[in-house]
Amino acid sequence: MKKYIDQGSKDTRSGFGAGMTELGRTNPNVVSLCADLIGSLKIQTFIDENPERFFQIGIAEANMIGIAAGLTIGGKIPFTGTFANFSTGRVYDQIRQSVAYSGKNVKICASHAGLTLGEDGATHQILEDIGLMKMLPGMVVINPCDFNQTKAATIAIAEYEGPVYLRFGRPVVPNFTPADQKFEIGKGIMLNEGTDVTIVATGHLVWQALLAAENLEKQGISAEVINIHTIKPLDTDMILKSVKKTGCIVSAEEHNYLGGLGESISGFLAKELPTPQEFVATNDTFGESGTPAQLMDKYGLNNKAIESAVLKVVKRK
Amino acid sequence: MPKLQELQDLTIQVRRDILRMVHKVNSGHPGGSLGCTEFLVSLYNEIMELKDGEFDMDGKDEDLFFLSNGHISPVFYSVLARRGYFPIDELNTFRLLDSRLQGHPTTHEGLPGVRIASGSLGQGMSVALGAAQAKKLNNDNKLVYSLHGDGELQEGQNWESIMYASAKKVDNLIATIDLNGQQIDGSTDTVLNMGDLKAKFEAFGWDVLEIKEGNDLEAILEGYKDAKSRTGKGKPVCVLLYTMMGNGVDFMMHTHAWHGKAPNDEQLATAFAQNPETLGDY
Repeated sequence: MKKYIDQGSKDTRSGFGAGMTELGRTNPNVVSLCADLIGSLKIQTFIDENPERFFQIGIAEANMIGIAAGLTIGGKIPFTGTFANFSTGRVYDQIRQSVAYSGKNVKICASHAGLTLGEDGATHQILEDIGLMKMLPGMVVINPCDFNQTKAATIAIAEYEGPVYLRFGRPVVPNFTPADQKFEIGKGIMLNEGTDVTIVATGHLVWQALLAAENLEKQGISAEVINIHTIKPLDTDMILKSVKKTGCIVSAEEHNYLGGLGESISGFLAKELPTPQEFVATNDTFGESGTPAQLMDKYGLNNKAIESAVLKVVKRK
Repeated sequence: MPKLQELQDLTIQVRRDILRMVHKVNSGHPGGSLGCTEFLVSLYNEIMELKDGEFDMDGKDEDLFFLSNGHISPVFYSVLARRGYFPIDELNTFRLLDSRLQGHPTTHEGLPGVRIASGSLGQGMSVALGAAQAKKLNNDNKLVYSLHGDGELQEGQNWESIMYASAKKVDNLIATIDLNGQQIDGSTDTVLNMGDLKAKFEAFGWDVLEIKEGNDLEAILEGYKDAKSRTGKGKPVCVLLYTMMGNGVDFMMHTHAWHGKAPNDEQLATAFAQNPETLGDY
C-alpha cells in the first residue's frame, strides 16, 4: 500500500487562511467578508495586508450573503466566512435567490463543519450542509481533507466563475497531500489502488480511510482509496471505473448519510451500475458536546467504522 | 415643460402595459406596480445616469437600480423595455413558459436590465449595499438606487442592512421605501404596525427625506434632486415615497385588493378608458 506521511498536523481552516493570504497578494478582485469570526476563519493576514478589501459584516449572516452577491456586480470575487451552520442553514434562502438563482460568483467558505467542532455541541455542528448546498442548481460543493488541499482549493475556486460552497473544519488533522498538488474542481484523487473494495472519502474522513486501508491490507483485503474533495460535480468517471474493478463501495464523510456524499454516489450507481454500498456517516441524528475524537468514535466516523463497513460490504458482493 | 409631458405620456403608457400584462395571464401584481409607475418612469428616464448600448452586468460608471420587492415586476419590465433594454414586444411573454419575463425578476434567463433575482422579500438592500461598496472599491462615483416595499420592511434582513449601511458609511446609496401602506392581508398598520419609519431610519443613522406626493412627477423629480445632493456626505440616504397602490385606475386605489389580482375584460376596459393610449401599445 502506498504510504502517506503526515507533514505536520494542522487545521483545515488554517489552509483556508493561507489560501486567502495568497489570493490577497495575487488577485486584486478577491474580497473577504466575515460575520464576526476573523480568528476562527484565520483570515487576519489577509485583513492586515488588504484592509480595504475586507468587510466586517457583524453578526448578520443574511446581510453578508446579500452584500457578497452585490459585490460581484462590479467584478469583485467575494469570499464569505463564518461557521458552516451559519453559512448554510441560517441563510439558505439568501443563497438560493441572491447567489445560486442569480448565478453570482460568490464563494461561501464555511469553517467548523461537522461533529469535529466539538464541545460547542449540536447547535453549531451542522451535519446537513452538504445536502443543503448540493441541492442548489449550479452550486459547486467542495470538502477538502487537509491543510494543503484546503489552501489549494481556496486558490482554485477564485479562478472558477460561479457559486461555490467550500467546507472545512476546526480540528488539527494530519497534513499529507503534497503542497504543490494542483486542485482540480470535480476531479477525484486516487490515493491507493486496490482490488477488493472502493473507499470514497471526503474531508476529515480521508485520512481515516487511509488508516483503515492499511489495517485492511494486513487482513488480506485490498482497498482502493479515493479522495473526493468535490462532492458536486462528482467525479463519477473515477468512481464507476473503480467499482467496476472492486464490485463494492464504502463512502465516508462527516455528514448525515441523508443528503451527503454517499447519497450522491448511490444515486449515480443506481442508474449506472447498482453496487453494494455501506455508508460511514451520521445516521439522521444531531451531534452533541464532546471532544472531536470522542464524537467521531461515538458516531462511527473513524478508521474503525470504515473497516467495519468494508468487512460488511465485501460480503454483500 | 416638454420633458414633464414626455414623462407623463410614458407613465400612462406604462400603466397600460402593466394592465395588459397581468390581464393576459390573469396573474401578477398590478397594485404596487401602478403605485410605483411615476417613480420608475422618472428614475430610468430622468434621475439615473445610465450608459447607452449593450447591457453591462457590472454597471461600471453608471447608476444602478435594484428592485427588492420583485413582485412589482410588471412596472419594472415595462419601464426597462421602454427605456430600450429589450424589445417592447417581449412584454407579451410576461409569465409565459420559456419567457425571460419571469413572474419575479431574475438574471437566470439573461433579461437585460436585471442584475439580481428578487421576489423572496428583504434581500435587495443587502445586494444594493454590496454593489455600492464595489463602486467605492472601483473608484466609481456613480450611485446605487434600490426600491423596497413598506410591508417588506417586516423582514429582519432589512434591519441588518439598514444598520450596516450607516455604520459603514455607504453614502452612495439611495434606498426608496414605497410607502403605500398596504400589504396582502390588509393595511400595514393592521398587519404589523411598523411605527414611525422616518424616526427608525434616522435612529439607524440614515439621512431621510420624504416625498409626500409620490405619484406626482414634479414632486418626484424635485425630491430626487434633493436626495442626490445628500449623497457622498457620510450617510446612506432613504427616501420615504408616499404612493397610492393602484394609482391611475380608480377602482384599484384606496384598497389592498389589487395587490396580486388581475383585472377581468370589463375591468380592463374601464382602466383603459381612464388611461388612453399615448405612445402605442405593444
